[in-house]
Order: sequence, then structure tokens, then C-alpha cells
Amino acid sequence: MNKYDVVIGLEIHAELKTKTKVFCSCKNEFGAKPNENTCPVCTGMPGALPILNRKAVELCIKAGHCFGCNIANYAVMERKNYFYPDLSKAYQISQLVHPLCVGGGITLSSGKFIRLNRIHLEEDAGKLTHISKSVGTLVDYNRGGTPLIEIVTEPDFSSAEEVDEFLKKVREALVFADIANCKMEEGGMRCDVNLSLKPRGSTVFGTRTEMKNLNSFKSVFRAIEFEIDRQADVLDAGEKVIQETRKWDDVKGKNMAMRSKEEAQDYRYFPDPDILPIKISDEEIQKIKEDMPRLPEQRRKEYVEKFGLPEYNAQILTSSKYVSDYFEECVRLYNLPQKISNWIMVDLLKLVKEQEEFVFPISEQHLVEIIKMVEDKLINKTVGLQLIDKVIETNQSPKALADKMGLLVTISDQQIIDLLKKLKAENAKVCADFKQDPQKVMGFIVGFVMKNTGGKANSDLVRKLIPEIFND
Amino acid sequence: MEFKDLSVKELAQGIKTQKFTSESVVKYFIEQSEKKKDLNAIIEIFDDVLEKARAVDEKIKKGIPVGKLAGIPVAIKDNINYLGKKMSCASKFLKDYISPYSATVVKKLEAEDAVIFGRTNMDEFTMGGSCENSCYGPCKNAFDSTRISGGTSGGSAVAVAAGMCPVAIGTDTGGSIRQPASFNGVVGIKPTYGTVSRFGINAFASSTDQASPIAKNVDDCEFVFEILAGKDKNDATTINNPFASLPVKQSYRIGICKEIKAEIEKLETYPKFKQAVEKLKELGCEFIEVEVPHILNTLACYYILTPAEATSNFARFDGVKYTTRSSDAKTLEEVYVKSRSEGFGKEVQRRIMLGNFVLSSGYFDAYYNKAKKLQTLLRKEFAKAFTNCDVIMMPTTPGEAFKIGEKIHDPVAMYLEDLFTVPASIAGVPAISVPYAKGKAGLPLGMQFIGAEKTEKYLFDLARKFESALKENCDE
Repeated sequence: MNKYDVVIGLEIHAELKTKTKVFCSCKNEFGAKPNENTCPVCTGMPGALPILNRKAVELCIKAGHCFGCNIANYAVMERKNYFYPDLSKAYQISQLVHPLCVGGGITLSSGKFIRLNRIHLEEDAGKLTHISKSVGTLVDYNRGGTPLIEIVTEPDFSSAEEVDEFLKKVREALVFADIANCKMEEGGMRCDVNLSLKPRGSTVFGTRTEMKNLNSFKSVFRAIEFEIDRQADVLDAGEKVIQETRKWDDVKGKNMAMRSKEEAQDYRYFPDPDILPIKISDEEIQKIKEDMPRLPEQRRKEYVEKFGLPEYNAQILTSSKYVSDYFEECVRLYNLPQKISNWIMVDLLKLVKEQEEFVFPISEQHLVEIIKMVEDKLINKTVGLQLIDKVIETNQSPKALADKMGLLVTISDQQIIDLLKKLKAENAKVCADFKQDPQKVMGFIVGFVMKNTGGKANSDLVRKLIPEIFND
Repeated sequence: MEFKDLSVKELAQGIKTQKFTSESVVKYFIEQSEKKKDLNAIIEIFDDVLEKARAVDEKIKKGIPVGKLAGIPVAIKDNINYLGKKMSCASKFLKDYISPYSATVVKKLEAEDAVIFGRTNMDEFTMGGSCENSCYGPCKNAFDSTRISGGTSGGSAVAVAAGMCPVAIGTDTGGSIRQPASFNGVVGIKPTYGTVSRFGINAFASSTDQASPIAKNVDDCEFVFEILAGKDKNDATTINNPFASLPVKQSYRIGICKEIKAEIEKLETYPKFKQAVEKLKELGCEFIEVEVPHILNTLACYYILTPAEATSNFARFDGVKYTTRSSDAKTLEEVYVKSRSEGFGKEVQRRIMLGNFVLSSGYFDAYYNKAKKLQTLLRKEFAKAFTNCDVIMMPTTPGEAFKIGEKIHDPVAMYLEDLFTVPASIAGVPAISVPYAKGKAGLPLGMQFIGAEKTEKYLFDLARKFESALKENCDE
């Protein structure tokens, strides 16, 4: 395998998170009854005309900002003409000569920069369902006309690992910036792989194949590895790689040539006369950029460098924009990032474990109040957790609740000492065990004190005082 | 006086003041249409017209305010969607299609309480210039049934000229309103591109298509035009056209295009043209020679650009969804190829192939791109010419309506008939056709006035003055 350089380029499609389709006001929604979200425009009725969805354009520009692209001041929607039953107008409105975003790229962890060629806006086709030979094939146009961005990379990848990392970074940014859901299994993100081999060190590219039907990151990985081996075998045998499209079969773990068309399709692109050219001012481009959230990679860097958090914590906290914003707000209110990150990661996230899109049931202010009380030793962690539940239940402020419930009653050092002395006096076995092996009975003694103080004693303090009493 | 002799405004006034009912008016035009059935102008009178007419009469009786066209029957060309009604674009390929929605122009007419009367004959899929390319058979000229009506809005022009309907809506892509209006002695206008919404009108050439009324006189045409015009959120190419608010002109500087002059002088009808020029001079108009250097290239430009857009617009007619599917199609490929081959007429197939050719890789730059550049150039040349004159004048057609069958086997000869009308379409500027004389065979001739963008007001004004001054000519 070291005989060859691997050259890979990607074409990624991501479904945009808009309420309505890109050229009509039908709902952009997954899972509706077949043909429920359709109208004359997206079903290609005679006389219907497209009206460009402004939000879709903004999201495409946002995607461009995610990856450092140049945003065009002048962009054109073009017609890509071809016949297929899932394409109601027999042309797809896409972009060719003047896309919305050009250039940009992503730096991998190795430091290698993967260049983007472009990001453009287009519409999706409907879905075909093959029923049976007698019934035939049915078409559902719900997905027809929904907005997609197409991200095209330069052929800069040299391995499946690089592609895998890249795809994950793309998904992370698009999800974080609320541009796309990128759920590959639902078709929210699709990836076609163009792959070729060339003799190691050669500057001449080999013949490439295109692979489709890759429905998960794992499939992409496996498909790339398979195709590298397949092409290497072909070349080793002295034969030529055929330029073709190959369909990946994840179950069988191999790809197969799709029925080849004799020549490349001529899509007869021309600018769509129904849609005026898109003109965007530098001010508008800048405004969209300013409305962008800071992206996860940048935030992680800050959390590690500024807050001193471990990478692992930074990773969890940037799993979504919501959690990251929540964390940052808490830190803004109370500058204890490490402690706050623990509370969120351990205690809050478990409250919303099953939910996909969630909101923490306790506000940043309230959480911070509780953490402060614990840090100030007004209450201990156990009480703090109880308080969280109570705040969620009653929506009252932690301070008010703590007062009402008498949770703030501090157990004084003296009270603890008295209890320890009491235990010492009443329980000779404990004393003896303590002399022998303090660690063995520490837990029991602490438990005794907690039980007799309704759990309010500060366990750290108790542990400090135990040796003083039992060690005389 | 019969209803067909009244103007739209007079009819509207009569209905509103309850001098007569809409029902009686609609009944009358149904009878007239029956009498003139042989002209083959109206494909179908809608089955609910009397019901709709009665509803308007009821509203008026009850004193409920009604619109400007209350109770007036308005026919629409067979390429305009009207909810629940058939629309076939005169093609057997769409014989089963029932509109799931109404075009904006229909909605605007209905908002003024018009009664949508029926659908008028046309060339199949708006491709043609004579109305001979219809699956319903040719539409015949209102004055001589051995001659063509003109096209593609032949049915609309004949319906009005023959008194079958007081006003009809047509569409104009390269002359399809003006030419049949000229051939049938009625008035038709093609507005500035983007003035009337195309939403719901089957698209032929998206960058030149416009809908507009055809009427017996200039006043009626203007009256209905103002109702149809206006920016539409369903059509991104519509413009704000404040056509009514231009300053009044007492007289007009009329430009004769230098490059077209030679063509006009060659025509058999040239003496009539000269008489019209004199008439206009009597009205105080000044004649100037202007230049539109590339005007003679517009025909070639048109027959490259419009088939290109049409080929893409017509790809949705594929035998899959709502078009007639070939009965012996077994594979997907056969569904497409057989259905389209059987469904589309010869002229449509011809233009689709032409369109594909000019868009194909390797030819795109030489043809489509070049034609687009010519279009931009032509717009500039027209704009420059209009700094030296208010309107440009030329005949609408080279001559009178020709005999049915005379040019159908010579597509290029047919295309050459469009020489005078396509420039305004390519440049996107407004142009009106007004009847002004009769030719050697006694058939109507139309004069065309072309204006700068958004100057419909001047076109209507000049046309109106011309119309009244010429009242004697037309009756000769």
C-alpha cells in the first residue's frame, strides 16, 4: 500500500434547519404523511414559481462563516436539468458559476489544512419508495424543495481517518451554529466520496471513482478503506481504474459499480430566470457573522487555556451551544469554572439524560446561588443537591427555600465535637477499631455524625475533627 | 345596441346600476359564442358562469359593494390556471389536467367580481404564430375563416373580435398578444416585463412571458390592464410599475427605427403605413429617425433564448405526474420518451430540441450566452433610442393574416412573421398594437407603438388618440 498516495475529495450535503422549504412556504419537516407538505411550487405544477427563502440563504452564509469561506456579494441560482421521478420540475435549482461561499477550510488535529472549494445552496429532491413490480414505485414530494447546502472539498484528504475527523468537525460546527441537524442516519447529512490513487510522490492524479450511499460515519470509513484496497489491487494487476460511480453496501462491506452511463450527464445549467440574482452587501455579511455563536473549537481552547479545564470537560461542555452558553453564563455570575463544570457535568446533565433537545430545569442564577452556598460552607453538597430538586419543583430561589426548610442551620464545630465525644464514650469497639485502623471506621463515624445532624454537618470538617477526638 | 357593441366600461356600468343583469349579459355571450362556434376560438365555456353571474347580481341587489368588473365575462387563454377547471395549453399531453390553484391574474379578476367565462384556443404550449398548432384544431380569423387567427393568443383575440366575449386575457412571449390582435382588428398590449404576475400561467420563456388583456378598444384594454398589473409576492420577477403616474404629454416624438425602415418600405402595406404617419402628424406628433443597431438580430436571439428556457420549463411534462402517460410504456425511460413523443406536437418537439442544443455543453457559450449578451445590448440600445423619442412605431405584422396552411410547413417562414414583435419582448419594454387600416384582402392591420420601460400610460394615450383619429380608416 505504500506504493500509492491516496487522494480523496468529498461532496457533503446537509439539510438546513429552516421552518419552510427553500422556494415555497411548505413546512420543512421530517416524518409527515406522504405528500402532506406540498404545494404547486414544490410539486412542479405548470405555472408555479419559486420564491427564495431568505433564511436558507442566511444559513448557507453562516456555514461559510463557520469554515472561513469568502461570502459572495453576488450569487446566482441555476437550473440543473435532468429527468428523474423524484425531481418534480425535472430540474434542480442549485448553484454553479456564482455560489454563495467560496474557499475556506478546516484544520485537522494533525495541523493539516483541508481546503473547501465551495459551499452552495440548493433544493433537495423527493423520495422514491419501490413497492413491488405490480404496484410500481411511489413518490413522496415532502422532501422535495427542502433546502440543502452542498460543501465541496478540494481533494486534500489522504486517509479515512482524516475524512472521519473532518466530517465530525463539520457536523459539530453546523449543529452548534444551529444550521443543520446533521443526522446521517436520517439523511440530514450525506457524504459522497471521490477517491483515486497515484504512485507515491507522483504529481499526476489517477482515475477517480465516486462512492455513494454512505449512511454513517462508520460506513464512510469502511467504504474508503475498501476502495483504497480495491483500486490498489486493480493497479497492482497492471489494469486501469474505471471512472464510475460505485454504490456502497454496508451489510456486505463492499461496493459495486452502478449501471454506468455511457457519457457524463450534460445538465445544461443556466441561470434560473424566475429567481433574481442574490445581492448581499458587505454589511449584511458582517452582520450575519456577528450573529454567529463562537464555535466549539474556539470555546474549547478558551476553556482549557483560560479556565484550566481538562480537555475532557471542555469536550462535554461544548457538546451543544446551549450547554456551553449555560456554562459561560454561570462562570460570568460566579468565577469558579472548574467547580461549575463539575456541577453541570455530573449533576445537571443526568437530569436531562434521555432528552435530545433540552433545557436545564434550573436557571443559571439559581444554580450559581447553590454552588456559592456550598463553597461558603453554608450548606454541604448533599443539601445542595436536595436544593436543586426543590428549586426545580417550586421554582423559588435557593436562599428562600433554604431558609424555609431550615437547611441553613449550621452545625457548629462544637456540636460535631460533642457528638464525637458522645460516640467515643458510648462505643468502645469503635475506639478500639480506630486505634487499630482509622480508615476502616472513618466512614461509620462520619455516618453517625451525619445521622445525628440530619445530614447537615460538613463531612470534610467531620473528618478533620475525628482524629482530634479519637486520637487522644 | 347589442351587448357586444358596448365597451367593458359601459357593460360594467350597466350591470352595477342594474340597467341589465350580469346573467343576461353572460347568457348573451354564451349565445354569441355558440353562433360563432366555427371559428374555434373558445375551447370551453365554464359550466358555472351563469351561477357566478347570478351571484354578482344578488350582491348588487343587496347593495353589497362590488368590484370594477362586476358581472363582466372575461375569457382566459388555455395556459392560465383557474382552480378546479381544466387547463390543457391546447395539448393532448395535458388533456386530464385540472388546475389545483388559480393564477394571480385570475384572482385579481375575481377580486373585481368578474365572471371567468371560459378558456380560449391557442397554439400548443404557446409555441407558434398562427394557432394552427392546437390539439383542438386551428382557430380561425374573425373576418375570414379561411385565414389564421394568429397566435399564440388566437382564441382570445378572435373571441373579442367576433363578439363572443367583451374582453379576454392572452399571453405574449414574442408577440402572441399583439400579432393576433393585429390580425383581428382588436387592441392588445404587452406590458413592461414584470408588470403582470406570471404566477399560475404556464411558463414558456420565463424571461419574456407577460399576460395582458385583449379588448375592442384602447380604453377597455387599459381598464383591465390596470386591474391585472401589480407586484406579486408569488412572482419574484414582478416589479413596481407606477405606470399611471407619468406627467401628461400633449404630443409625442415618434421614432422610426432606421434599421427597420427598409423592411417596412418593402411591405405591401407600406402605403397604409405612410397614411398613418400623416394622421399622427396631424395630431401634432413629430417623427424622428432613431437607431437600434442590433434590432434585426433580435429574431435570432429570440429563437435561441426562448426555446432554451422553454425546454427547461417543459421538462416537468414527463408522463409521470399529471400529463398523459403513454399506454405502452414499460420502463422509466419509456415513460419519459414515449409519453413526451406522443404528447407533444411537432412544433413543441422542434423547439425543445432547439433549446437543448443551445444549452448543451460545447454550444452554450456560442449560442445561449451570446444571445444573453445580445439581449443586454439591445436593452441598452432601446434605452438610448428612447432618449431621442417617446415611442417607436412600426407595423405589428408584415401584413394581413395569411391563409390557414400557408406557412405551417415552413417553420422559418413562420418565425419571420415575428420580426416586428420580438424586439420589445427581448428588451422587456412595453408595446401596444392598435388596429389602423385594412389590407388588400380587406383584413385588419395593426400598428405597434413601443415605449420605454414603465411608460404604458403614454402608449395607451397615444393609441387612444390614434384610434379616434382613425375611426374612419378602419371602416373603409
